[in-house]
Amino acid sequence: MMNIIDRRLNPQGKSLANRQRFLRRAREQVVKAVRDAAGKRGIQDLENGDKISIPMGGVREPAFHRSSQGGVRDYVLPGNKEFIEGDTLQRPKSEGGGGGEGDASDSGGGEDEFRFVLSREEFLDIFLEDLELPDLVKQKVKQSESHTLARAGYSVTGSPANLNLVRTMRNSLSRRIALRRPRLDDLEELEREIAALEESRADPERLAELREEHVRLTLKSKRIPFLDPVDVRYNRFQSVPKPMAQAVMFCVMDVSGSMTEHMKDLAKRFFMLLYLFLKRRYKAVDIVFIRHTHEAKEVDEDTFFYSAETGGTVVSTALEEMRRVMVERYPESDWNIYGAQASDGDNMSSDNAKCIALLRDAILPACQYYAYLEVASESNIGLSALGRETDLWRTYKTLLRPELPLAMRRVRSRREIFPVFRDLFARDRTGASP
Amino acid sequence: MTAILDAADKPLFTGADWNYDAIRRTYDAIEAVALKELGLNTYPNQIEVITAEQMLDAYSSIGMPLMYRHWSFGKHFARDEAMYRKGYRGLAYEIVINSNPCISYIMEENSMTMQALVMAHAAFGHNHFFKNNQLFLQWTDANGILPYLEFAKSYITHCEERYGLAAVERVLDAAHALMGQGVHRYPKKRMFDLREEEKRERERREYEEQTFNDLWRTLPKGAEAKTAIKGEAERKALLGLPEENILYFLEKKAPKLEHWEREILRIVRHIAQYFYPQKQTKVMNEGCASFVHYSIMNRLHEKGQLTDGSMLEFLHSHTSVVFQPDFDDPRYSGINPYALGFAMMEDIVRIATNPDEEDRQWFPDLAGRGDPWGALREAWADYRDESFILQYLSPRLMRKLRLFALKDNADDPVMLVEKIHNERGYRDLRRRLARQYDLGYHEPDIQVVDVDLAGDRRLMLQHRVSGGVLLDEGEALAVLRHLANLWGYEVSLREISPDDRVLKEHPPVPPADRPG
Repeated sequence: MMNIIDRRLNPQGKSLANRQRFLRRAREQVVKAVRDAAGKRGIQDLENGDKISIPMGGVREPAFHRSSQGGVRDYVLPGNKEFIEGDTLQRPKSEGGGGGEGDASDSGGGEDEFRFVLSREEFLDIFLEDLELPDLVKQKVKQSESHTLARAGYSVTGSPANLNLVRTMRNSLSRRIALRRPRLDDLEELEREIAALEESRADPERLAELREEHVRLTLKSKRIPFLDPVDVRYNRFQSVPKPMAQAVMFCVMDVSGSMTEHMKDLAKRFFMLLYLFLKRRYKAVDIVFIRHTHEAKEVDEDTFFYSAETGGTVVSTALEEMRRVMVERYPESDWNIYGAQASDGDNMSSDNAKCIALLRDAILPACQYYAYLEVASESNIGLSALGRETDLWRTYKTLLRPELPLAMRRVRSRREIFPVFRDLFARDRTGASP
Repeated sequence: MTAILDAADKPLFTGADWNYDAIRRTYDAIEAVALKELGLNTYPNQIEVITAEQMLDAYSSIGMPLMYRHWSFGKHFARDEAMYRKGYRGLAYEIVINSNPCISYIMEENSMTMQALVMAHAAFGHNHFFKNNQLFLQWTDANGILPYLEFAKSYITHCEERYGLAAVERVLDAAHALMGQGVHRYPKKRMFDLREEEKRERERREYEEQTFNDLWRTLPKGAEAKTAIKGEAERKALLGLPEENILYFLEKKAPKLEHWEREILRIVRHIAQYFYPQKQTKVMNEGCASFVHYSIMNRLHEKGQLTDGSMLEFLHSHTSVVFQPDFDDPRYSGINPYALGFAMMEDIVRIATNPDEEDRQWFPDLAGRGDPWGALREAWADYRDESFILQYLSPRLMRKLRLFALKDNADDPVMLVEKIHNERGYRDLRRRLARQYDLGYHEPDIQVVDVDLAGDRRLMLQHRVSGGVLLDEGEALAVLRHLANLWGYEVSLREISPDDRVLKEHPPVPPADRPG
């Protein structure tokens, strides 16, 4: 007698609830490990979930067991080769010598690190935890032109396609019970009884009674319909404004000769982070790459990061290009617009006024957020620390005010990218500070 | 049955791929051998095919098909999965559950030969052991375990909804830490029916709502009540002390627990108790299953029902399962229960059918009695690891395994070889090996000894130290914290030597504040 059951198609992820409990339990350590991992790892790999190690501390499961040190222990071991009674052995340095107690420690101690794999979603969730896109609300309110249908209860009118059978039958049933509509079974039972009596002719009085009853019940069941128009219910749909689910991100970068590979790398990392972050919040995220020297061009990603270009530095050309693309392809009313500009801070001094005008009048009003990231070479620390401000920095600084969605940060090394990013998008953002 | 015998010289399957027909055919052939020739007596079988992920699932929930939710299971899953993905660790070929019907999991990745091996091993070997071994009969309820787990799972889910995840987790954490101290080692009465547990839970709650434990009265009371509890002896008797089942003691006597918290302790305690026999019969259980699968597979091969290729594949995995590395081998990690168990079963068969002079001296009843399977079945029914080794380990096997006894006294600079596999050593060696499998000996003996009822209600524990080995301090402290959380007042632990000297006094641990 044997049953064989194929369980392979059972719902997967039976242990998901346990995993969530575990991650919540180890939250502190996991968050720290994720942050560390993010710091070490290339931004490109960030999106993949990965192995992380957390200290055992918070997730240890203690139990009473005997210590691995001290006392007198007996072991019986297999594989004697040369020993005879009375031989002595050096105690092995590592734990071992006898495995008799091996069982005791594998439930608790022993491991200091605990390694496991986080999925991509879990990793990003934790990675981007506590970050928030600024001014989401404003844009949502502004945007209520597109609508979508959502279920909203039941109604007594509607198209047959929306008939809600369960509701309808429920109503029908309760009405039938309330009005005491005779059940089909009862009627049939009655008929059988009548037939039996007719056959036997035993009790004509009873027969007449039953016949009368039968007529009464039949009439009643005709009067009370099985399904009445009162019973019918339809699913009701309501149109609700759809929040905008698309965003465009403008990456603007200076690629003139003064930008070193190191600086470009910093910029790239920042852009990647921003992209990841936007992708978590919006269904669709477009990226526009604009690079500039003394003239600006919209390019593809590869060209943006890797092709070399020489020339002077005129920032306003890039802003002008951004404005053009915005107007042509990303109308403010349909898109959430984010701008990120990376530069080493050089600009032709005659151009600064134009930049300000463009930003203030055209770009910033349309943007959700505009981040200016000034990248510097690592060796520059000393100078920058002294507070020498670049042309562009000084220029943009004049624009800083609470009502404009502009933020500025300086970054010198890879290690700073993530803190700066977090700083920009942290939930309790105190506004841009120079 | 005749149909099977007719088809005897035709292989049951060829090639590595399995399908349901082949599994059923093979199962029938195995069953014929197991029941008719070996005389096994098993629960009905239920064989479930699962994926690797489901196997990991089963691993993490201590091998049970359903389990309540707790983060520690998630942790084990995460770790096992990481190790499995990296290839550090393979998965077991099977998991078998002591239930009626007996459920065996087989993995879809296994080849057909492996499926045959697994069925012989789990569905007949382990199954027979579960159904016949005295410990299992006494301590577990194969009929009731699955319904009980279902009750446990829904009860704990219900508690989580009602009292919050954190509150439930707090109790479960503590209960898990004390799981090792949550079993009755000696039967007090006939095991109850686990299926009745749900009803009993309701009854208990109603009873407790109606009654009132005067022991914990905090209201001011009259003068005559003050003297109610007089001496230490009376107090201890009232509390049922000393008590080594700490979870039981807390469930019944902890003053601050809610009804549902007590019920959770009870659930954890029942599960611990359910696994208690398995811990005591590792060698026998695996030895029984290995020897059964080995005999069945050989028999099938003899009958021509197994191809030579399958037989070689089987032998390859069989030998790696029963491999015992020497103590100085880097692969050594204790005595392999499969190896020792299998070797002892083989040895019993040899002694019963083909004994030499030495065997006649050592095993006068067993030697040459014939009916080796009868002898094995008796051994499987009546012993646990410790007594089994004490009874059946033969000098010849000790020589074959080249066993020796080592004394490791931390006060001496070196370790001493006390006994080896020779005439002077056999008995002592056997006694010592048996003791390694005595849970009572190598698990710490911790008891609740007293409660300071007149004072601060401190709970006092005592660890009776054997061999001078104290408790692991860090772990003990962590467990005491959990214990204090359940007890609601301070908890202290004292370690004493066999002659009642205090070896170590752990500082009292106060309970943490309740969350929320």
